[in-house]
Amino acid sequence: MSFDLEKIRGLFPVLHQEVHGRPLVYFDNAATTQKPQAVLDALRNYYEHDNSNIHRGAHTLADRATRHYEATREKVKDFINSRESAEVIFTKGTTESINLVAQTFGRKFIGKDDEIIISTMEHHSNIVPWQMLCEEKGAKLRVIPIQENGEIIFEEFEKLLNPKTKLVSIVHASNALGTINPVKKIIQAAHEIGAKVLLDGAQSTSHLEIDVQELDCDFLAFSAHKLYGPTGLGVLYGKREILEEMPPFLGGGEMIKEVSFEKTTYNEIPFKFEAGTPNIADVIAFGQALDFIQSLGKKQIKAHEDELLSYANQLTKDIKGFIPVGTAADKVSVLSFNIQGMHPFDVGQMLDARGIAVRTGHHCTQPLMHRFGIEGTVRASFAVYNTKSEIENMAEGIAKIARIKNK
Amino acid sequence: MSSINTLQDEIVSEFEILGDDRESTIFYIMELGEKLPQFPADEQKDENLIKGCQSKVWLIADEENGKVRYFADSNTDITKGLISLLIRVLDNRSPEEIIQADLNFIDRIGMGSIIGSQRSNGLASMIQQMKRYALAYQTKLNA
Repeated sequence: MSFDLEKIRGLFPVLHQEVHGRPLVYFDNAATTQKPQAVLDALRNYYEHDNSNIHRGAHTLADRATRHYEATREKVKDFINSRESAEVIFTKGTTESINLVAQTFGRKFIGKDDEIIISTMEHHSNIVPWQMLCEEKGAKLRVIPIQENGEIIFEEFEKLLNPKTKLVSIVHASNALGTINPVKKIIQAAHEIGAKVLLDGAQSTSHLEIDVQELDCDFLAFSAHKLYGPTGLGVLYGKREILEEMPPFLGGGEMIKEVSFEKTTYNEIPFKFEAGTPNIADVIAFGQALDFIQSLGKKQIKAHEDELLSYANQLTKDIKGFIPVGTAADKVSVLSFNIQGMHPFDVGQMLDARGIAVRTGHHCTQPLMHRFGIEGTVRASFAVYNTKSEIENMAEGIAKIARIKNK
Repeated sequence: MSSINTLQDEIVSEFEILGDDRESTIFYIMELGEKLPQFPADEQKDENLIKGCQSKVWLIADEENGKVRYFADSNTDITKGLISLLIRVLDNRSPEEIIQADLNFIDRIGMGSIIGSQRSNGLASMIQQMKRYALAYQTKLNA
């Protein structure tokens, strides 16, 4: 599909509504993106025509549901360029994907006095699972510091690496700042000392081209709902040889090869990690979201979002009292900011009065907010369907709000 | 001094003038916050924080000639505006009046939709805390 913005917007029914008498401007895409009609149709179509439990079914509906479900796994494989679709595990979301690694890989391979490295800009979901593991195992959590502009200090990361480092779990693109981390360099350096690397791709997968083979990451976690797909669904990619070594996460149906009361043998990957009836409808609908992204191509999407971000930077930079938070050179389309003398929640509510949806608060990154000595920020995050006129509207709103305290 | 209900009617008509324009309404609430009297800095302590508010709201009360006086502050301007409305209606009244007050102006304005559910819960906590203070003074005065 060529990049026809009007046509793209036409695919998203939710965008065409008024909020407080103004056209909705949806700038909360880092929290969740809107869904194209094809995703909504796929959900409905599944329940209307194909609803059936997958795998092992002898009947036609089960076969159809299974084929559609597994087709999405193939699409995810292509989307991240993994070697095989068996390396793609469906989860509830990024959070569950990370917890899965912590509870299986972590429990088996991380022991007393071992070290796990994360960064200052992690989402709580890439902090807490490791804290829980460290507490259980007597392992240590080490944190890469960041600079004032929101970039990690690579030399400090290198200093943290040592033979005790077993895992580096780092965010690919920061949800609160937009910073894109130099993950390829991080992965190389970690591998040199024998540590594995998990990438939190929740914020990167919708913007950046992801090639897990080229990156050589050991794990990649991401969520469907930030990729124009349904909520409650995520992916964990892992290298086959590591996934095979890992014990199962949840016990139940689907994940077994054979069960007797004496002993249970486990299924092959990916099924070993997909206990119970999965989120069939959402997986199938997610396939449509991936088709949508692929039809445009990440290059076109990123180019459009970059243009929106630079336009937003340009329109806001001279507003008196406007304080950008996170000014890394390499960013995804996130504009995080504060207004001098004002609480982010108030700013968010005032923008909402103009029909503009942004997120306010600590963005589940409290340690990062502490690093900057702030309580939170206002975050506008742009997606493929946003327009320059929406950015103008927001900048006008920000200027009006900023004037209250910055005359 | 006007009755609680007269003041509530006044507030409702002020908001009616603003009409459906959400932006002007929010700006107006913020302006109201600016009129709150200075709050003593040393009273900005955790024990004076109202529980159940997302933003920080400090509220203290005092008794003066059988009337309850309220002093409040917040770290956000919209919340300051909300508490200033409550103070305008409830300040300097007898504990009985405060306890029995039916604060219908909040629904009449449609405040719930203006400030959203998170802040509406906070507003309810503020009212509850103001009434608690009144109840405490009533008990004290009748003792």
